[in-house]
Amino acid sequence: MQHLSIFPVLIPLLFGALMLLPPISRNIQSQRIASIVGTLLLLVSSAFLLYQVNNQGVQLYALGGWQAPYGIALVVDKVSSLLVLLTSFLAFTIMLYAVAGQDKGGAYFHPLFMFQIMGINGAFLTGDIFNLFVFFEVLLIASYALLIHAGGKQKTQAAMHYVILNLVGSSLFLFGLGILYGTLGTLNMADMAIKVGQLEGETATLAKTGSLLLLVVFGLKAAMLPMHFWLPKTYASATAPVAALFAIMTKVGIYSIFRVYTVIFGDNAGELANIATPWLWPLALLTITMGSIGVLASPSIRTLSANLVIVSSGSLLACAAINSEAATSAALYYLVHSTLASAGLFLLADVVARQRGKAEDRFVHSRPFVQPKLLGFAFAISALALIGMPPLSGFVGKIMILQATQSNAQTMWVWPLLLIGSLAALITFSRAGTTLFWRHNGTMATSAEPAKTAEIISIAMLLLASPVLVLLGGDISEFTQQAAFYLHDIQSSAYDLLPGVAQ
Amino acid sequence: MEGLYAFCVGLLTACGVFLALRGRSFSVVIGLTLLSYAVNLFLFASGRLKLNAAAVLGQSEEYSDPLPQALVLTAIVIGFAMTAFCVILAMRARADLGNDHVDGTLPMQPNDAASKSEGNH
Repeated sequence: MQHLSIFPVLIPLLFGALMLLPPISRNIQSQRIASIVGTLLLLVSSAFLLYQVNNQGVQLYALGGWQAPYGIALVVDKVSSLLVLLTSFLAFTIMLYAVAGQDKGGAYFHPLFMFQIMGINGAFLTGDIFNLFVFFEVLLIASYALLIHAGGKQKTQAAMHYVILNLVGSSLFLFGLGILYGTLGTLNMADMAIKVGQLEGETATLAKTGSLLLLVVFGLKAAMLPMHFWLPKTYASATAPVAALFAIMTKVGIYSIFRVYTVIFGDNAGELANIATPWLWPLALLTITMGSIGVLASPSIRTLSANLVIVSSGSLLACAAINSEAATSAALYYLVHSTLASAGLFLLADVVARQRGKAEDRFVHSRPFVQPKLLGFAFAISALALIGMPPLSGFVGKIMILQATQSNAQTMWVWPLLLIGSLAALITFSRAGTTLFWRHNGTMATSAEPAKTAEIISIAMLLLASPVLVLLGGDISEFTQQAAFYLHDIQSSAYDLLPGVAQ
Repeated sequence: MEGLYAFCVGLLTACGVFLALRGRSFSVVIGLTLLSYAVNLFLFASGRLKLNAAAVLGQSEEYSDPLPQALVLTAIVIGFAMTAFCVILAMRARADLGNDHVDGTLPMQPNDAASKSEGNH
């Protein structure tokens, strides 16, 4: 399958466009069927793509036959195919949840969802930094509209901040791109990685400015410390399926940081080698700290989940700052785990909120649940996974990160912060669990109805991914190690992609 | 030419950043528009400034870099779409929240605070 590489971008694009056409656009039922079929197709093709990459190595897809570095290229390596598979799985499970009724809140939920998936997959696959910008904008404009899905004052208020911040971020992205193009004369990531080593003196300083501007932009998407204030409010006010899909959005920023600062500005960048590390290191640690404080202060499950997203972003950024193969491999494993687990918690929070009437998902006394055992069990699993308690994948991921620290200084900072962060999560989760499930009064809300089967299946799929990640832990960590090796090896991540360039 | 060009880009950026930091959504939208103009001009200049040089091979002795022009074209399209969305969102926020402040609530004015504390006495 020569064209398989572009399927993760094409399938959502075509299905999204299809759903805007008359026979389907008027009927929510057929839109739902189209969405489920579309995301299922996407899941199958990305699984097949991963299989192909694993067997045959990196796939280079030149759009329109224009060869890199002049044309636009999609690069499907182990890192990007893993993340595309993760996105597709997430899209399928969230769509399963949304078709149970959450998609009726506003118009065009299904097409927008598809376009956002297209943007995310495109950002993971592209090998060209300008196309990274374009796909960023595609996923952002879809996310702006999805954020205000179902309406309401809170959503508009959160959307205002989110949209303005991201528009400023986009401008900075273009400034950074312009500077890098002006100094390097290319936008293909592999080509940039080769050329950046030759820069000297003033040009190098200029390129450094450009690359640090890019770090600000990626940091904004990844919720790095000074730029994370938009996240809790945005995620907590979004509708459940949208918030769950947003769990992968910060990871797009993290992925870009890994891609740009290990491949282009990595060890081989001459004067500009590892320019991001001195910034990433303190900011990552402070992000973990601030996230943990936020976790302790969370008044509801949704805010708690949003703050846990910040903590996981901080941990991933710390891995990027450690800048070694082991750390990158740990980061990839932890990224998959934290995306799935926090998406599951966002969906669970919605079910909890609907069964408790006015108390919603806040940690206060309220009516008993319609399905206390089922929800309690699901809450316990997601708590174990997100805290990082032994049997589940959070534990394995955190152990891998802790083991990846190399020098004494790194160990001294990362170990306590990560472990105290876990303790904060443990405290909040036990407080939340006891209040939500054990201390209730009055009678059941008459309007409350049990969660629908599709919703339960969707949450179960997301939460059970955690034990599966542990059971298949050996294979997955071997895969992430190979992926990390590829990312750190300039020979394969840059020179092999450009056959015409002399070494 | 370079000096004038750089000055214009810098001025647009400075005005854009200043307006984007204001509290009312209207001035923020204007600020974002100015920023995107500045970005477009800046991207255009990243291929070096040249006079009488077509961006097509064979049209003149010297030719200018065509890539930044393609980039600017894409950036303009995206910038317009984003600004349009931002305008609509600002109008929606004005309708939903009852004021045009980006936070959704008007900050307390100094004389309001003074009159309030007088009322307490």
